[in-house]
Amino acid sequence: MAKLYTENPSDSNTLKPKTETINFLLNYSKALNVSVYKGHKFESLIN
Amino acid sequence: MNSKSISDATLVSQYIQGDEPSLSILIKRHQQRLYSFIYSKVYDRDVTEDVFQDTFIKVIRTLKRGNYNEEGKFLPWVMRIAHNLVIDHFRKNNRMPKFNNNGDFDIFSVLSDGALNAEGEFVKSQIVQDVRAMVEELPEEQKSVLVMRMYNDMSFKEISENTGVSINTALGRMRYALINLRKLIEKHNIVLTN
Repeated sequence: MAKLYTENPSDSNTLKPKTETINFLLNYSKALNVSVYKGHKFESLIN
Repeated sequence: MNSKSISDATLVSQYIQGDEPSLSILIKRHQQRLYSFIYSKVYDRDVTEDVFQDTFIKVIRTLKRGNYNEEGKFLPWVMRIAHNLVIDHFRKNNRMPKFNNNGDFDIFSVLSDGALNAEGEFVKSQIVQDVRAMVEELPEEQKSVLVMRMYNDMSFKEISENTGVSINTALGRMRYALINLRKLIEKHNIVLTN
């Protein structure tokens, strides 16, 4: 069988956000609370 | 149910209804494409990380506030947000440029403290010595005018009073002194640079 000399650039796997960033976003999402009062939306971060 | 089989639209509506793990699936599903998309524009890991984070903060806020409309698809919408944030980043950078010392451009080649390094100091002292030696080779009249003007910082009026010649004669001697210095530089093949 013919040899393959094509390689995927290793960079494609490393182009990912850091775990800390993902965790921050998930925690931010959990902490963010939007409450509606008389047609106005208020954001609060509950940690 | 396998998370891979759930569509983006379903995950988004589940998330809006308060299902937090849906967001985790959405982020993990699209993180690589989005991250690569941002990186292809900014070519900086830290900036990419920031833009990626800001993109999802915007996504989360929009979804939680109930401002998301289902007209388009989720990923193109997120990409559009990221694209706008990348533009914002470049606009901000245009106002306050940031320089990185990576690759072929070095900021310190532009910004310098003006002081000479050890080699520069040595070269400079050599030049000063060479010039001084050549001045000694000039005819006495030209030499005295040049020394008074350049080393003693005297005006031509003062020189004329000091040597008893007219200002024009002093000017002429200075001119010939410089012409002769240039000739001496050529004769001795001296390079005067720093």
